[in-house]
Amino acid sequence: MEFFLVSLLNGVSYGLLLFMLSSGLTLIFSMMGVLNFAHASFYMLGAYFAYQISTAVGFWPALVLAPLLVGVVGGAIERYGLRRVHRYGHVPELLFTFGLAYLIEEVVHLIWGRIAVDYRIPEALDFGAFQVFDSLYPAYRVFMMAVSIAMLGALYWTLTRTRIGLIIRAALTHADMVQALGHNVPRVFMLVFGGGCALAALAGVIGGNAFVTEPAMAAAVGSIVFVVIVVGGLGSLAGAFIASLAIGVIQTFAVALDWSLLDTFREVGWTGEAARAIGTIKLSQFAPVLPYILMVLILIFRPRGLLGRRDT
Amino acid sequence: MLSVSNLHAFYGKSHVLHGVNLFVGRGEIVSLLGRNGVGRSTTIKAIMGLVSARGTVAFQGRDDLVGLKPHEIALRGLGYVPEDRAIFPDITVRENLLLGSKGRQATPRWTMDDMFALFPRLEERADTAAGVLSGGEQQMLTLCRTLIGDPDLIMIDEPTEGLAPLIVGQVAELLREIKRRGVSILLVEQKLAIALDISDRVYVMGHGAVVFEGTPAQLRENDRVRKEWLAV
Repeated sequence: MEFFLVSLLNGVSYGLLLFMLSSGLTLIFSMMGVLNFAHASFYMLGAYFAYQISTAVGFWPALVLAPLLVGVVGGAIERYGLRRVHRYGHVPELLFTFGLAYLIEEVVHLIWGRIAVDYRIPEALDFGAFQVFDSLYPAYRVFMMAVSIAMLGALYWTLTRTRIGLIIRAALTHADMVQALGHNVPRVFMLVFGGGCALAALAGVIGGNAFVTEPAMAAAVGSIVFVVIVVGGLGSLAGAFIASLAIGVIQTFAVALDWSLLDTFREVGWTGEAARAIGTIKLSQFAPVLPYILMVLILIFRPRGLLGRRDT
Repeated sequence: MLSVSNLHAFYGKSHVLHGVNLFVGRGEIVSLLGRNGVGRSTTIKAIMGLVSARGTVAFQGRDDLVGLKPHEIALRGLGYVPEDRAIFPDITVRENLLLGSKGRQATPRWTMDDMFALFPRLEERADTAAGVLSGGEQQMLTLCRTLIGDPDLIMIDEPTEGLAPLIVGQVAELLREIKRRGVSILLVEQKLAIALDISDRVYVMGHGAVVFEGTPAQLRENDRVRKEWLAV
């Protein structure tokens, strides 16, 4: 029971972190039609910026400044890079974001080196928040969940209660018409791209110290985020939310469990060499592949994703 | 008020408008007639900045419209109602109308209440998603959405297409009301009878250029133009 509760909490906090990344990616995709391969690189930049800022002025200013800075960088990349490439179609745009991911990784190598940096949880949050049976649940995990939920609330409020949110929701279907009604849609695109990058960076700020801040972190989380938006349904925020939580929980449980199929095989009377080879693989060893298996199953049985539309 | 001269337009490499010239005066209803594919829709899209164009478009005394972005053109006081209606299906009827409003003038010609008074059906459905409206209701919504932005000239593409005869009558009545409030109309219309009935002047297009201009009466008398460019 203790194991179950702790894993569930860890799974949800990881899932919320994934949603912070996938929400920006899916909004950018459905508004601009750009699958941003560099999205997870902004997550990495968030972590490194936060590390750098926190060594100078501490964690709390970094929590605000790092996402803002990354948001500005993202907005500038849209304005002066992506927008110019846009007129040549989607393939050049994809190549642009692909190259951008490599570029950001090399810049990180140049500035911070190839090994992990010492980006730590702030001391003020390095304690046990509450008792789960025999163990203390870390306060930082609670903080991560609180930040994620606050972000979720802010995103929902912006999309449903503000004029720019209304423009964004309308531009999801007919961006040209929104512009013909007198709204500066290119500027809204820039804000959405910058905002999406800022959200990814915020995930990096609070995830970089909970996990590891290293140059490989973008690639590690990037592919999972793509799985999330495919499983949730391209362009669906609600779908991305459900898929983020599901994948967060599934992966956390799988990593923590050391079940294997050996006993099951023995019970059904299969004891050959092959059974031993497959049976001794533990579920935890299998965990990294699980999201991709889920994606393949979704693509076979429900190609538009959980909440995606047929035409997207 | 709106003066278009030597307008050329392109879709990629294909050259679809070959030097269109036309003029719409203040408070006039002007129709663009012609068969499908002669460039009527492209003409108004090019004026609106939605397709790449070359030539001169002057509006309210400024002749620099070609090259501006669609939202800049809209803010100059030009309204556009597309043929496919392009309503925003996932947001409510009221939100669709709110998006049309630009807050450009302190006392606009049209308010949300005006729209609801003209079309009570829109008020009844104000808080439902616009995607579930019928074709006729969507047509009213898309017209109202552009009007609420208070354009001085509105360009409307095929407003009666696919509508029941009763609704077609309502649309024609709305067009007259728009004119009464001092808004000019540039209309693309397939139904000749309606166009001749409500227009002050008409242009007939063929092969990406204007082939006839005159009053509805002049067109009625001109059998040759009607046979060559309009008969199906």
